[in-house]
Amino acid sequence: MSQALQHQTGDGVPAAPAPVAGRDRRGARWRGRVATWVVKLAGVLVTLSALELASRTGALPRQWFPPVTEMYAELAGLVVGLPLWVEVGRTLGGWAAGLLLATVLAVPAGMLLGASALAFRLVRVVIEFLRPVPSVALIPLAVLVLGTGLETKVFLVAFATFWPLLFQTIYGVQDVDPVATDTARSYGLGALARFGEVTLPSAAPYIATGLRIASAIALVLAVTAELVIGAPGLGQAIIVAQSGGAITLMYALIIATGLLGWALNAVFSAAERRLLHWHPAQRREAGL
Amino acid sequence: MTRRLAPVLLELLVPVAILVAFGLWSAQADSFYFPPLTEIAREFWNTWVFAGFRNDLLPSLGRLLAGYGASVVLGVLAGLVLGMVRIARTAAEPVIEFLRALPAPALIPFALLLFGTADSGKVFLIVLGTVWPILLNTIDGVRGVEQQQLDMAHSYRIPGYARLWRIVLPAAGPRIFAGMRTSLSIAIILMVVSEMVASRNGVGYFVLQSQRAFAIPEMWSGIVVLGVLGFTLNWLFLRFEDRFLFWHRGSKGLLSTDRR
Repeated sequence: MSQALQHQTGDGVPAAPAPVAGRDRRGARWRGRVATWVVKLAGVLVTLSALELASRTGALPRQWFPPVTEMYAELAGLVVGLPLWVEVGRTLGGWAAGLLLATVLAVPAGMLLGASALAFRLVRVVIEFLRPVPSVALIPLAVLVLGTGLETKVFLVAFATFWPLLFQTIYGVQDVDPVATDTARSYGLGALARFGEVTLPSAAPYIATGLRIASAIALVLAVTAELVIGAPGLGQAIIVAQSGGAITLMYALIIATGLLGWALNAVFSAAERRLLHWHPAQRREAGL
Repeated sequence: MTRRLAPVLLELLVPVAILVAFGLWSAQADSFYFPPLTEIAREFWNTWVFAGFRNDLLPSLGRLLAGYGASVVLGVLAGLVLGMVRIARTAAEPVIEFLRALPAPALIPFALLLFGTADSGKVFLIVLGTVWPILLNTIDGVRGVEQQQLDMAHSYRIPGYARLWRIVLPAAGPRIFAGMRTSLSIAIILMVVSEMVASRNGVGYFVLQSQRAFAIPEMWSGIVVLGVLGFTLNWLFLRFEDRFLFWHRGSKGLLSTDRR
């Protein structure tokens, strides 16, 4: 779904050859890019000004929704201090540990289930039943068994991100071109070599997409765990600010959380593009 | 007969084995956190048939459907507009990207401030969390409509609303449904979380309260309800999708292996 907005910026799209009047075209493309940025900036400014006005005129109650300039001033103050980064680090710690655990479990399992039809059919009913279970339903159980600390956060993140990673890997392995496998076999490549040379590279884009989806889900679950059970991190800081009446601080922290999510997504998209640029642009997202 | 039964038995082998093993283990384990399966089943029956259904499940479902429904309408409408008007799409992109990346549960305190613990706050939160996948997929779907088809319709003087209804929407349909499916699972998560943080009823509220009161079998029965709810809604959604996109099924290829 994030492709929606990516390809209109023209990133990663190879430049069309322009043998005649190359300079003119390049100039036009450059002007087009500047125009795009101007429009984007205008969109942001209009949105922020509208919110600022709504708060200053009282269309949105000011004590509940302060002007955005105040929120960003607060955020600017937070960014230069250490406490914000400590909270960001705690949230990212749960995010990373859970994502890593899910990857270590889901990718090999997905490889096995994708390669073996028998294994897939044996566990199909179990995974079809477990996948739609909302991960947050397990919060109370996790609190009982694992407490309210990092372990619960990691468990919830890992449970929620296991499924997209598993299914992307299964689809990736199932989608390997049989002609490529047969060719490798007729050239005398063994099972292990075929796996390394054919299956893994062609499944890689699916796994990368799975990782990008999983990274967003992982952040949601990490913040949720902090909000609901009070594990330390950004979510808990937001709740503390709200219950302490520090409304501007609360909004600054919410904005910081959003920027964190945005940055994570940008990093994963960029890594995906860079590492898998050789792959035909068929990185479709299998059902989540 | 055996030939038709064998695959079904094969698929049921592992689930039944897991259930039996868990049932046997929990019956003799005497664990506080993992009560016997029979006790969970009894609690499920006592709590959720009639009383719990009316007091907790119905309010939860109401909020879920209200928020999700509003998201579908808003997301598709805005997606159609943004998909067709390029400058609006470019201008809205950074804001949409930011709001989509913002983990929706972080907005719970915001919804609490604006709406208190009323239902409207939970519906608002569900909309804020679920509208983006639908919106972005609709934009993508609209942009993927074949220009030739539109030109053809234009030269046949097919009016604008008919072009929208007969060409753009069907062409964008598969993407819209993909977004709706993603949003459905987000909607369930947000329903549960918002009920856990601030509510007087609902399945999420029930589960968390049971845990705080150390009423473990009740808690388990609530978790089972949420699991069954997630499974059922997903299943209903796939049925619904099959009905609308029956003409598109052939091109799904591999993806159809996991949907029946």
